[in-house]
Amino acid sequence: MAAISREEVAHLARLSRLAVTEEELDTFAGQLDVILQAVAQVGEVAAADIPPTSHSVPLTNVFRDDVVTPCLTPQEALSGAPDAQEQRFRVPRILDEDVAS
Amino acid sequence: MTDLTKLTAVEIAGLVASGETSAVEVTQAHLDRIAAVDGRVNAFLHVDTEGALAAAREVDTRRAAGAELGPLAGVPVAVKDVLTTKGVPTTVGSKILEGWRPPYDSTIVQRLRAAGTVMLGKTNMDEFAMGSSTEYSAYGPSRNPWDTDRIPGGSGGGSAAALAAYEAPLAIGSDTGGSIRQPGAVTGTVGAKPTYGGTSRYGLVAFSSSLDTPGPCARTVLDAALLHEAIGGHDPRDSTSIAAPVPDVVAAAKLGATGDLTGVRLGIVTEFGGEGAEPGVMAAFNEAVDTLTKLGAEIVEISCPNFGYALPAYYLIAPSECSSNLARFDGVRFGLRVGDDGNRSLEEVMSLTREAGFGPEVKRRIMIGTYALSSGYYDAYYGQAQKVRTLITRDFTAAFERVDALISPTTPFVAFPLGARTSDPYQMYLADLFTIPTNLYGGPGISVPCGLADGLPVGLQVMAPTMADDRMYRVAAALESAVGTLTPPVL
Repeated sequence: MAAISREEVAHLARLSRLAVTEEELDTFAGQLDVILQAVAQVGEVAAADIPPTSHSVPLTNVFRDDVVTPCLTPQEALSGAPDAQEQRFRVPRILDEDVAS
Repeated sequence: MTDLTKLTAVEIAGLVASGETSAVEVTQAHLDRIAAVDGRVNAFLHVDTEGALAAAREVDTRRAAGAELGPLAGVPVAVKDVLTTKGVPTTVGSKILEGWRPPYDSTIVQRLRAAGTVMLGKTNMDEFAMGSSTEYSAYGPSRNPWDTDRIPGGSGGGSAAALAAYEAPLAIGSDTGGSIRQPGAVTGTVGAKPTYGGTSRYGLVAFSSSLDTPGPCARTVLDAALLHEAIGGHDPRDSTSIAAPVPDVVAAAKLGATGDLTGVRLGIVTEFGGEGAEPGVMAAFNEAVDTLTKLGAEIVEISCPNFGYALPAYYLIAPSECSSNLARFDGVRFGLRVGDDGNRSLEEVMSLTREAGFGPEVKRRIMIGTYALSSGYYDAYYGQAQKVRTLITRDFTAAFERVDALISPTTPFVAFPLGARTSDPYQMYLADLFTIPTNLYGGPGISVPCGLADGLPVGLQVMAPTMADDRMYRVAAALESAVGTLTPPVL
């Protein structure tokens, strides 16, 4: 049985903000199925009582002194932006109707 | 006259320091070499001719003024395009960052500049460091100088190919699942993955933050150790950086070069001995084991029962972290923006931008990660993989109670032909079978040339306990002293 359906892949693509094509969906559905069936092997390990490892370095709450240091100027920070306006990143509209006016 | 491109970093630094040659001459020789061969190798995505010559002139000026030069002053270095370089294009092998010139230097690059090295340019890689062949680069694959119809490994294939083609004596890579060591193995060069946290991730474009580790690539073990020393050490701007001195890797490489491993206990992992590796690779590895025995090492076999689950665990953990990290590529702050026609919504523009900017492997991993992290599957996939990670760490800890280091072939197969594994993504993942356990554990690993199989290089991997990076340099240097460095055919 397939681990993942074409419809599920389409859902994942939407969640991932990827406007995939129909052709890609066909290809990815087969490939993701192979990969997910392979990685599902982790389920064979009896690990119910084992604590998870998220990170190999045992560090928590690393602090720095609260000292002001130089940082990027607004111009530098905006230098790679696709669009900028009044020292801000300009983005496409986020609301259905223009409520600004 | 000496061909400056055939020298080691140690030799170049010596000639520059003594004034027998200038940093500008050395740099020009490498720029000429790049111009002559990179059309066939495609190791570089960007060559910074002016920046390199300016840095070289600065070294020569400082020397003329009587300033004390560091051990790598005047030595050219190629930098994997995953590290930010101020004003110099940084693409991560992706269309989504095409043309981006970062406003700041990564810590590694800052340290390279402070050491007086000369950055030649940025090297090719699989997009976002996801791959084992550079075939997933958006800018075309790099080619293996041993056989240009074959892959140079990945993701850092550009850095390794640049070394093997004598375009640079030193290079920087990054290793998330083997991306320094596997390219080193298949190009007959040396690649070291430091202990996680031993080298700074500040300015390293993130793929999998709990695994990503920048590190040195070179043609000799001592050169790699010197580069490791120059870039390593605590960085307050990386919160996972380890606040401890760099292990004395240079002294260890020099000790190893004496060829005496008396009293060193090395373990061969039983689980790596099955059908995983090609016969030619196993033959070269077994011969190297005999050599290590003759050098005085004691060899024992050690079982690490959970290593067999490292590959599936990795291909859940790394994609999960990637799906989160790559959310920042949204067409807002840097890079590509597609479809912003004044009518489409932000979300539509984001989806079109990411669709156009990411290649197929990156899309696959983002979707796998999104799947593994979704509420219904989290425990069975991501959560379970994190538990397996704990068990793999326990295997390493138990092994290092019995031996000083573990050894294995670096990769199961020699350089494969371009196109051989791109149609089946999982076949590509198998290239990292032997390198991945170390990343999950967080310890250091190095690949050093150990011989040839069918005329192609084979690498031996040494894995050491966390913050015992010096041990792997000692063993690697000892093997190198017996085997010698591998010289690729003349391009």
